[in-house]
Amino acid sequence: MVTPAPGAFLGFVHRRRRGAELFLLILALAVGLGAYAAVGLGVDGEVPTDIVVYGGWLTALAVAGHVAIRLTAPYADPVLLPVVTALNGLGLAVIYRLDLAKDRSLAAQQLTWMTIGVVLFVLTLVVLRDHRILQRFTYTSGLAAIVLLIMPMLPLIGTSIRGARIWIRIGPIGFQPGEVAKVLLVITFAGYLVLHRDALALAGRRLLFIDLPRGRDLGPILAMWAVSLGILVLQRDLGSSLLFFGLFLTMLYIATERPGWLFVGSAMFLAGAFTAWRLFGHVQARVDAWLDPFAHWDTGSQQVGNGLFGMAWGGLLGRGLGLGRPDLTSISESDFIISAIGEELGLTGVMAVILLYGLIVERGLRAALVCRDGFGKLMASGLALVFCLQVFVVIGGVTRLIPLTGLTTPFLSYGGSSLVANWVIIALLLRISDQARRPIPDLSTESDDADASEQTQVVKL
Amino acid sequence: MNKPIRTMSLFCMLLLLLLLGNVTYLQYIKAEDYNDNPLNARVKVETLSRERGSILVNGRKIAESIESDDRYKFQRVYLQPFMYAPITGYFALVRSTLLERSQNKLLNGDDNRLFVTRLVDLVNNASPKGGSIELTINAKAQKAAYDGLLALGDDVQGGAVAIEPDTGKILAMVSLPSYNPNKYADHDQTAVDAYDKALQTRADKPRLSRATQVTLPPGSTFKLVTAAAAMEAEGYRSDSLVPGGSSYRLPGTRLSINNGGRACGTDQIPLVQALEQSCNTTFLALANQVGQDKMLAQAEKFGFNSTLLDEFDDSEQAPSAYPTEEISDDFLAKTGMGQQDVRATPLQMAMVVAGIFNDGIVMKPYLVDKVRSADLDLLESTDPAEYSRAVSSDTASELRKMMVSVVDRGTGSVGAIPGVEVGAKTGTAENCAGCQNYSWFVSFASSGGKDVAVAVMVQKSDADYVSGSGQAGPIARAIMEAVVK
Repeated sequence: MVTPAPGAFLGFVHRRRRGAELFLLILALAVGLGAYAAVGLGVDGEVPTDIVVYGGWLTALAVAGHVAIRLTAPYADPVLLPVVTALNGLGLAVIYRLDLAKDRSLAAQQLTWMTIGVVLFVLTLVVLRDHRILQRFTYTSGLAAIVLLIMPMLPLIGTSIRGARIWIRIGPIGFQPGEVAKVLLVITFAGYLVLHRDALALAGRRLLFIDLPRGRDLGPILAMWAVSLGILVLQRDLGSSLLFFGLFLTMLYIATERPGWLFVGSAMFLAGAFTAWRLFGHVQARVDAWLDPFAHWDTGSQQVGNGLFGMAWGGLLGRGLGLGRPDLTSISESDFIISAIGEELGLTGVMAVILLYGLIVERGLRAALVCRDGFGKLMASGLALVFCLQVFVVIGGVTRLIPLTGLTTPFLSYGGSSLVANWVIIALLLRISDQARRPIPDLSTESDDADASEQTQVVKL
Repeated sequence: MNKPIRTMSLFCMLLLLLLLGNVTYLQYIKAEDYNDNPLNARVKVETLSRERGSILVNGRKIAESIESDDRYKFQRVYLQPFMYAPITGYFALVRSTLLERSQNKLLNGDDNRLFVTRLVDLVNNASPKGGSIELTINAKAQKAAYDGLLALGDDVQGGAVAIEPDTGKILAMVSLPSYNPNKYADHDQTAVDAYDKALQTRADKPRLSRATQVTLPPGSTFKLVTAAAAMEAEGYRSDSLVPGGSSYRLPGTRLSINNGGRACGTDQIPLVQALEQSCNTTFLALANQVGQDKMLAQAEKFGFNSTLLDEFDDSEQAPSAYPTEEISDDFLAKTGMGQQDVRATPLQMAMVVAGIFNDGIVMKPYLVDKVRSADLDLLESTDPAEYSRAVSSDTASELRKMMVSVVDRGTGSVGAIPGVEVGAKTGTAENCAGCQNYSWFVSFASSGGKDVAVAVMVQKSDADYVSGSGQAGPIARAIMEAVVK
């Protein structure tokens, strides 16, 4: 582990950059509102009549987020909130566009969910003044995550949608607990690994230039592997399975600095996935649809095929918002929203979206780099990585880079659980980056604490 | 922990670069492939939502797109659906056929000839409109052919084709029974499927065009080809003496074929008389005399064994057939009178007559005369093209003279039109024992610079007695009158 020398930061003090954030936020709102207006122009030939109310609401949410950051995390990264606002605004516009085509009103619900997301975002920033407090909840959140993951399997509240049993439904409210479990798992992994990383990093056998971990340290990785396969088999959710295991592996690698874990873990995952492919029809169907989406048209590859057709139809510049036929793509408001964007905004639009995701990941990892405590580093990189993996798995699946797995596209897809969870992820990243970028004098006592606790840990071994 | 974080950030960058590369491949490199995929509903919906160009005959629309208020903006409408179905085909959700298929790019506005129009539409922010096509069809001739066949009864099966000999323009192309392309253009796929299924299960196969798709023995009308082959090979003229007699013994068999009591002399008769009286004995002998190679070569010069229309897909037309594999002499003899394995469509037989009339040169048949923009500005006219030289000019003019005598003194008198040069050849062909014979009539007419070559085939009608002059003849005459008068 490279311990950040306090002296290195003495010559450089991060600026707050809140003005930059405000400016970027205005651009982001212009993207969201411009897209909303363009949808109306494209479909009906006129700007939607409720644009003032809608625009006012969106602006109010953005401003609320901005003010919360100014008051509670003044040194936080200035790029994250604008990027997320732009993505969320674009997602709303595309969902509204699909509403017009399919005659329903998901966009209004999504705006409600966004409001709840922003409220939780502000609450997280206000309540959680120091991310290290979360380390106390390592095992609590781990337990909570497992309970959440098991909930869809329970009778009465568990619901199966499109073959994946990952929903719970209480009365009129449906919820995907996996999305929340994702955040809790990052906290658990970070707390666990920061304590045990030295043990895990201790010498193991060296085989073919790869440092393999000790056999007895394989316990947690085996447990996580079992959980991932359990999700795959019992809940038929390839996406989450891949996501959780990938998250655990990469965090393990960061904590121990031992690439051997990556090789062992990848081999285990591939073996598990291969067995699942041999044993389970739903996995085979996904792989078949991936290998040739047109050969199995009537037996379940239409989703992928229609999404591809949509993106191809969009071409380089897209049909224009409101001028394509994204309603021909199945579940285009959710998993396949990137196809809808590709159809109407073209390759240009899709690239812009992927680059925005890239910015979020990069900003998260940067916060991890600058962060001064191990828990914060692990948590920030974990949050950034889970985000990156999710984007890769869902966009890669929709664009036929890898077999399709059901996951939401962060901030774009329709769906409350995912949206709310992602807003909280951003709040956590902002909190860590605020801590990391804050000038040294403010942090000196706290970082002493952190060092002290770390030393205690090492001594305990 | 910073080193692995940096490694992971590179890894994330790699993942996102993979995504960027893949969407570029998908939306830029592979896009056209996907757009051409037959499973792609988007492209279909897009073309269905465009204002498709009209199909015109003599300046009047026979197919047009009118605005509709369902999920597609336009509805294709056929104004004389049954009469023109074997030409226009249909434009439907699932697939299109015939001219609607082959002229699709122009009709939906994607053709490069419409580039200027598209540019203007783009500037004016108007939705793109397709171009129109004007057919070579002569509306009067088409109607004469259609009405004539229809008058033969409810169960009639037959086809007729008329060609302008010196250009190859198809002036009439009719087939009965026909179908309603409007039912295929319906936006309700269930209704379309039901209609299609009903048609496909009918015994009389209304989806098959009797003008271009159904090949039947051409019977005595094929004697024109046999005569052409003999004249080219042996240098015969109309007055040359050829084998006649009342009966001909098929070589290598004990079967004999006679002339049905027509006057074919006892030993040798002039070729013109043999054609006038449609002497089987003469043409059976001539086919054997000429030999299979030369018979085949002559038939193929007229178009046999090839698909004839570029504007139809090969699956939408059937080549007429003359046997290419070696056959025994008795079979060869029978091909001389258009039996055995000889099969022809009315289109093919009309081309034979047109070639004879046009100084021995067969012109390539075509249906699309002019291509116009949505505003009916002329964009392009089709140039007539030579298909082949079937016979020498000499042979052609002798044959033409002989066909006139068939009308004046022989079996084709039903085709006569006062004051008009008319030449013809009749045919009655049998396909199977107990079936109704097929009635053929092929002819040309020329008057005042207007020429036409016609072939009419009646496969089945309500008549008790079938002959070439009985059923097909009057229809051919009506078509000729419609063109030359």
